[in-house]
Amino acid sequence: MAITGTGCSVIGMAGSTADKMADRYTFKDHNREKQIFLSRLLIGGIVVLVLFALLITRLVYLQVFEHEYYSNKSDGYRIHIQPVPPNRGLIYDRNGVLLAENKPSYTLTLTRENAGDMDASLQLLGSIIQFTDEDEEKFRTRLKRRSVPFSSVPVRFNLSEEEIASIAVNQFRLPGISVEAQLVRNYPQGDLFAHAVGYLASISEEELKQVDQVNYKGTHQIGKMGIEKYYEDILHGTVGYETVEKNARGQIMQVLDRTDPIPGQDIVLNLDINLQKAAVEALGDFRGGVVVLDPTDGGVMAMVSKPAFDPNLFVEGISKTDYAKLNDRTETPLFNRALAKYSPGSTVKPFLGLAALETGTRTREYTIRDPGHFRLDGDSHIYHDWTWWVSKNGHDLVNLEKAIYQSCDIYFYDLATDMDIDTMHDFMFRFGFGRNTSVDIPQASNGVLPSRQWKRNALGLPWYPGETLNSSIGQGYTEASPLQLATATMLIANKGKWYQPALLRKVGTDSEVIQRTSYLPDIQLKNPDDWNLVANAMRDVVHKKNGGYRNNGTAWPYIENMGPMPYEMAGKSGTAQVVGMAADFDNDAEVPEKYRDHALFISFAPANDPKIVVAVFVEHGEGGSSVAGPVARKIIDTWLVEEGQLKPQFQPVPDGSSSLITSLSP
Amino acid sequence: MEILEYGRQGTELGYGLEPDRSIWTRLHIDLPLLIALTVMLGFGLMVLYSATDGNMPELERQVALIGLAYVVLFAVAQLEVRTLRQWAPWLYLGGLCLLVAVLVMGDSAKGAQRWLDFPGLPRFQPSEVMKTIVPLTVAGFLARGSMPPKFLNVLGALVILGIPAVLTSMQPDLGTALLIAVAGVFVLLLCGVRWKLVFTALGLAMAAIPALWIFYLQDYQKQRVLTFLDPESEPLGAGWNIIQSKTAIGSGGLYGKGWLNGVQSRLDFLPEGQTDFIVAVLAEEFGLLGMLFLLMLYSVIIGRALYIGAMAQDLFSRLLAGSLALTFFVYVFVNIGMVSGLLPVVGVPLPLVSLGGTSIVSLMLGFGILMSIHTHKVTRLGY
Repeated sequence: MAITGTGCSVIGMAGSTADKMADRYTFKDHNREKQIFLSRLLIGGIVVLVLFALLITRLVYLQVFEHEYYSNKSDGYRIHIQPVPPNRGLIYDRNGVLLAENKPSYTLTLTRENAGDMDASLQLLGSIIQFTDEDEEKFRTRLKRRSVPFSSVPVRFNLSEEEIASIAVNQFRLPGISVEAQLVRNYPQGDLFAHAVGYLASISEEELKQVDQVNYKGTHQIGKMGIEKYYEDILHGTVGYETVEKNARGQIMQVLDRTDPIPGQDIVLNLDINLQKAAVEALGDFRGGVVVLDPTDGGVMAMVSKPAFDPNLFVEGISKTDYAKLNDRTETPLFNRALAKYSPGSTVKPFLGLAALETGTRTREYTIRDPGHFRLDGDSHIYHDWTWWVSKNGHDLVNLEKAIYQSCDIYFYDLATDMDIDTMHDFMFRFGFGRNTSVDIPQASNGVLPSRQWKRNALGLPWYPGETLNSSIGQGYTEASPLQLATATMLIANKGKWYQPALLRKVGTDSEVIQRTSYLPDIQLKNPDDWNLVANAMRDVVHKKNGGYRNNGTAWPYIENMGPMPYEMAGKSGTAQVVGMAADFDNDAEVPEKYRDHALFISFAPANDPKIVVAVFVEHGEGGSSVAGPVARKIIDTWLVEEGQLKPQFQPVPDGSSSLITSLSP
Repeated sequence: MEILEYGRQGTELGYGLEPDRSIWTRLHIDLPLLIALTVMLGFGLMVLYSATDGNMPELERQVALIGLAYVVLFAVAQLEVRTLRQWAPWLYLGGLCLLVAVLVMGDSAKGAQRWLDFPGLPRFQPSEVMKTIVPLTVAGFLARGSMPPKFLNVLGALVILGIPAVLTSMQPDLGTALLIAVAGVFVLLLCGVRWKLVFTALGLAMAAIPALWIFYLQDYQKQRVLTFLDPESEPLGAGWNIIQSKTAIGSGGLYGKGWLNGVQSRLDFLPEGQTDFIVAVLAEEFGLLGMLFLLMLYSVIIGRALYIGAMAQDLFSRLLAGSLALTFFVYVFVNIGMVSGLLPVVGVPLPLVSLGGTSIVSLMLGFGILMSIHTHKVTRLGY
C-alpha cells in the first residue's frame, strides 16, 4: 500500500496484489489496467467538481454578496487617469522675436458616451455653426481612433466668438458636446520662417509608433518639418497625469491627484528676423533661395525659400483647396529652394582656383590668352566663354585672379585639361560640397560633387574628359544647394576654419549660446596666402572698377552702383544654364521664363573682417552679377549698415592684424 | 498471455459491427458532445459580438475559423484511433519543427514570438496545436507498456512533454508552456504513475520555485504574480485588469445588465476584453445565471469527455480521452479563476469563446479525437 499510495486505496486489495504481480511479470492485465485508470479518472472527476464548486463560490461571492459594492463602483464614481499634455516649447529668433507660440484656441469636442443620438446632434450642429461634410468625415475618423473611453474627441477647431455663443444657447440640445480651450501652435510670422521653422500637424499612426507612446498620450500633434521636427524631443516636454473622479456621465467630480507635465524647452535660433525679411524683400518677385551664415560660428542667420507657405494652415489640418494651391507646379511653395541642389555655375571658380594653386597645377603668374572659345584636343566641340554671347571675343590675357573677378571660363577650361576630376572632387569635398555638413538641417540636399567613382555608381558610365570641362565652370553634373555654397564661402572667409551650419543657437532663453566644435577638419593650405589671393579676387568681383575694357569686376556695375558702401564685400557670381544655347543664339530675343538661366551669388563682408556670409539663388534670374548680386548686397546692408554707417559692432578691428587686404601684394 | 489490443483482436477474430448502430455513430459523431459544443460556440459568439462592439470583420473571421474547426472535428472523427496513434510521433516531430520555426522566424505580438505567418496561410500559433499533440504522443508512448508505467517510461514521457514545453516557454509564453506540460502530466497520472513519484516531483517543483523566480521568469511574469498577490499595488498597470474584471463581474449581479448593456467591461479594458478577459463581459451582461449556464455547458462537455474516456476500450484511447477532458477543464478553470481574481493573470483564453482561431481549432481537433474514440469501437456480435 505504501507503494501504490492513495490511488490504489480506491480499488482496494485486488488492485494492490495485481500491482505486485505487474512488477514481476510483463504481461498486460486489461481488467486491472482499466481499474487503475477508472480510479484515477474518478479522482480527476472529483477534483473537477471541487474546483467548479470553488469557481461558483467565488462567482456567488462577487456577484451576490459583493454585488452592491461593485455595482456602486461601476455605476457610481469612477476613477480615471487622464494625461495632461505638456506645453510645447516656444521658438525665438536670435533677437527674442517669437517665431512659434502656443495660442489659446476653442475646440468643440464630443464625448461619445454622453452624446445620445450623435447623428442628430451633428446635424443640428451643421445648422448653427459652420460644420462641413469634410469636418464631419475628419471627426468620424478621429472618433474611431479614440482608445480611452469617456474621452472627448475634437469636432471642430478654432471656434469663433459667435460660434461659441450660439453653441452655448443650444447647449441643452447638444448632449455630450462641449467647448474646450486648448493651446494651439501658432506662427505669428506667417510664411516668413515656414521653411526654416517648419510646422506642427496631427501625428500619424506611423509617427506614433516611433515616439514614446506614453509621453505622447494627450499630445495630438508633432513637428513635421524643419526645426519643429528636428528638435521635437526638446520642444515636446514630458506628459503629466491627473487622477480624477468622474460620475457615470463622464463629468469630472474632483481631481484626486495631479502630476504636472514638464513643459518643453524653449529654443532660440540663430535666425534673424530682419535678415529674413530683407532676403524676402530683396528677392522681389523672383523665386529663389537665400542662406545667410555667421562666419564666426556657422550660425544660420537666414534661410529663405521663396515662395513660401503659411505654416498655420497645417496646424489644424489643411483643407483640400489650400493644399492644392501649395502643390502648384511652377510655384511649388512647399519646396525648399535654400536646401535644394542646383548647378552652381561660376560660383565654383574661387574653390577651383584654390585647388589649382594648392595642387601646384597652376602658379599665380600663369597666364593664358583667351580668344573667347576653347577646343579640347581630339574633340570637335567648341566651348565658348560667356563673353562670346556678348561680343564674340574673349578676355585676352588672363591670370588666376582675373579669371575669378572676370569669371573667365577659358582659364578654367584650360585648367581642367591639367586637373583630374577626382582631384577637383577631393579638394571641393573638403569645402562641404557633395555632402550635408549641417548640424540640424537633415533635409538639406547633399548636392552632387562628381568624380569617376560617383559616375560609375550613379550612372554606370566612365568619365569623359569633356565633362571635366563642364565641371570646371560648375555645370554638367555638379550641383550644390545655396546652403552648401554659403558654407563653402564661409570657409574662404574663415581661411579654412570649419564651423558647421546650425539653426539652433541655444536651448532656453536665459542659457548660454551653444559652443560647437566641428567634426570636420579645418582646411590647411600649403601656402596660407592663397586664401588672401582668392579672397582678394572675390573682392575685385565687387569692387574692381575703372580698369578699362575687360578689366572690371563682373558685379561691380551692379553692386557698387546701388549706393555708397561703408564696407568692402567679396563675392562671386554664377549664372547656371538651364538649357544649352546655340553659339549663334540671338542674345536679344526674349527667352521663355522656364528656360532662363538661374542666377547665383556667393559673398561675404566686410571683406577684411568677415561678419556675414550670403549665398543667393534666383530661379531663372538670368544674371548672377546683375540679379543675384544686388540681392546679396541688400541683405548684407541690413546686417552691417545703419544710416549709411557701419553698425558699431561691425567696425573693423583697428590694428588690422586680422585684416585680409593688408597682407595682399599690390 | 498475448499482448493484443481490442481493436486488432476485433478484426482478426472476426468481430463485426453492431447492426443497429445509429446514423450518428456511422458518421462517427457523438451527438451529446456535438450539441454541447455547438451551443457553447453559439453562446460564445453572442458574447463576442458584445465584447467587440459589433466589429463585423473580426466576428466574420471568428465564424470562418469556427467553420474550419468543425471541418477539422469531422475529419479527425473519421480517423481510426490507431491511425491517430501511428501519426502521433510524426505530428509531434512536425509540431516541434514549427515551434523551432517560431523561435527563429516567428512574428511577435505583444513582446512575444508566438505566431507563424506563412504566406497564403492564416497566422497560427503552433504552441496551441501542441496542447493536443502532446497528450496524443505521450499516450501513444505510455500505451506501449503496462500500467502503472515503469520509471524509465515515466522519464521518457517527461522528456516528450518537456521539449515542447521548454520551447514554448522560450517564446516566451509560460502559460501555454505549462498547459502543454499539464496535458502530458495528466496522461501520466491517468496511467497510474505512483503517488510517491507524483508527490516527490511536486516537492521538487516547490523547492525549485525560488530558483525559477530568480533565473527564469521574465519581469512581466514576476509582475503578474506580484500583482495577483496584491492587485491594489499597481492600480494603473497590471492590477488594472484584475480590478476592472472583478468590478465587471461583481456589478453584473444575479441577472446581469443584459446583452450589449455591459458598461464596465466594454468600456474600461477593451484591450483584453475580447480575448482573455471575455468572461468578465459575460458575467457583467448575463450575471450569475449566465455564468452558471456557462459552467453547466462546460460541465456537460467535460463530463461527456470523461465518460468517453471511461468507456474507451484500449489503454491509448483511455489515456488520451481522459487527458483531453482534464486539460480542457484546466483551461476553463485557469481562465475563469484568473479573471475572477482567484489565480494570477496568465495568458489563457476562455476555451471556445475568446477571440482567436487557433485555440478553437486545436480544441475541436481534440473533441474530434474524442468522437473518434467513442465511435470507432468494436463490439462483439451478440454482446
